[in-house]
Amino acid sequence: MRDVVVVDYGLGNLLSVARALVHVGGTPRITEDAEAVATADRLLLPGVGTFADGMNGLRARGLTEAVRAFAATGRPLLGICLGMQMFMEKGKEFGQHEGLGLLAGTVVAVPPTGTDGRRHRIPHIGWNEISAPDGGPLPGPLFTGLGARPALYFVHSFMAVTDDPERTIATCDYHGWPIAAAVGCGNLYGCQFHPEKSGPAGLRILENFLAL
Amino acid sequence: MSSVRLIARLDVKGANLIKGVQMEGLRVVGDPHERALRYYQAGADELIYMDAVASLYGRNSLVEVVSRTAADVFIPITVGGGVRSPTDAHRLLRSGADKVAVNTAAVRRPDLIAEIARQFGSQAMVLSVEAKQGRDGRWEAYTDCGRERTGLDVLDWVRRAQDLGAGEILLTSVDREGTRKGFDVALVRAVASAVSIPVIASGGLGTAAHMVDVVREGLADAVAVADALHFDRLGFADLRAASRAAGIPVRMV
Repeated sequence: MRDVVVVDYGLGNLLSVARALVHVGGTPRITEDAEAVATADRLLLPGVGTFADGMNGLRARGLTEAVRAFAATGRPLLGICLGMQMFMEKGKEFGQHEGLGLLAGTVVAVPPTGTDGRRHRIPHIGWNEISAPDGGPLPGPLFTGLGARPALYFVHSFMAVTDDPERTIATCDYHGWPIAAAVGCGNLYGCQFHPEKSGPAGLRILENFLAL
Repeated sequence: MSSVRLIARLDVKGANLIKGVQMEGLRVVGDPHERALRYYQAGADELIYMDAVASLYGRNSLVEVVSRTAADVFIPITVGGGVRSPTDAHRLLRSGADKVAVNTAAVRRPDLIAEIARQFGSQAMVLSVEAKQGRDGRWEAYTDCGRERTGLDVLDWVRRAQDLGAGEILLTSVDREGTRKGFDVALVRAVASAVSIPVIASGGLGTAAHMVDVVREGLADAVAVADALHFDRLGFADLRAASRAAGIPVRMV
C-alpha cells in the first residue's frame, strides 16, 4: 500500500504532485482535513508561494498542529519547496514569521549576487546538480538509485538554512553559494527542488519516499 | 551553477501542433501531446505550449492538451496565448501548467502581471514579449504574432514587468522567428542586461551554434526551440553536445 496524504493548504499546484505520485504507483489523497493529516500513513507537504502565505494557509485550516503531530509519530513526511522551508523555525520573507519548527533553522533570501559579487538571476530557476555535502554518495533511502550528482529542477528565491549542518543532506551550488537542496532527520525529509518536475530522477525520489 | 535550459516550444492550433514561419504561414506538424512526450524523453528541460489562435477566438483552448501532457510529462510546462485574467491562469495552472505566459492582456492592462504574480507567485508569471527592431535601432513590443504594434519600448516594458512581479521573460524576435538564421543576439543581450529575472530566448534557432551564441553573447538563461525540433533538423542531444563543447553548462541527461 502506497498511500500518501497530500496537504492542501490553499497554495501551489497540488495536482502536479498528485499526478507524479500516481505515476510511480502511489495513491495520493489531497485533503485539508486535520484528522486525515495527523493520522496519515505517509504525509507530503507541497508548496509554492511565500512563507507567510503558507503558514497562514496552514493555520487557517487548523493544520499546523496536525502536521506537527504527524511529524512526532516518526512516520514518513516529505516537504517540497515551500513545504520544506516551513519545516524551519522561522522565515524571513517579507518580515519575520514563525514556521512549523520541525527543524532548527531559518529561511533566508538567496543572495542576489554570486560569491564573486556578480549579480545573478533571482529566482534561482532551472536544473542544478545536487550532491552530498561531504562529497560522498547521496544518502539513501531518499536518493537510492540516483547517481552522485543528479540534476533536479529548482525555482525559488528563498532557501532554508539548518542550524545543524548534519540536517542538510544535499546541496547545490548557485554561483558559489551552497544552497540546501534537501534536508533530513529521521523520517522527515525536505526537498527544495521539485521532484514532480525533475523528470526520471525526481520520480525516483518520490518512489523512494513511497517505499519508506 | 544553474544549467542553461533547453526548452521545447510547441505552437498549437486546436488539436494540431503547427509551425509558423515569420509568424505568418502555418504548417501542421503533428499531435502536440505525442511530440511533447517525445521531447521529454529526448531530454527537454521544459515545455512551452502556445495557443496560436487564442487571440482570434478570444480564449485559450489548451486545457485539454495540457491536462493530457501533465499526466506523463514531468518537467515544467508553460502555457501561453489568450491568457486574459487570473481566472484563465488558474484554469491552466490547475490543469497541469506550472507557468502562464502573457503578452496581449498584459500590454492592455499591466496590473494583470501583479495580479497573477500575487495569486500564483512570480515564478508562474512569464511575460511573453514579441520584439521587432525599428529604424532607430530600438525594439518595439508587438502582439498577435508580430502583427499589432504597441508603441512600447521593449527595454522599458520588461523593466516595468519585472517591477510588477513577472518572474521570467519569454523573448521572441519577430524578425528572426522561423527563419532559422539565428537569434537577434543584440536584442537578447539588451533585455538580459535590463532585468534580473531569467530571460528565455526564442525565435531563430537553426543550428546548435546559434544556441551557443545567444547564451555566450546574448546572456540568455534559456533557449526555446521550435522549428528545428519539429522538422527533426536538430535534437536535444545535438544541442547538449554543442553546449558542452562550448563550455556552457547544461543538464547531463
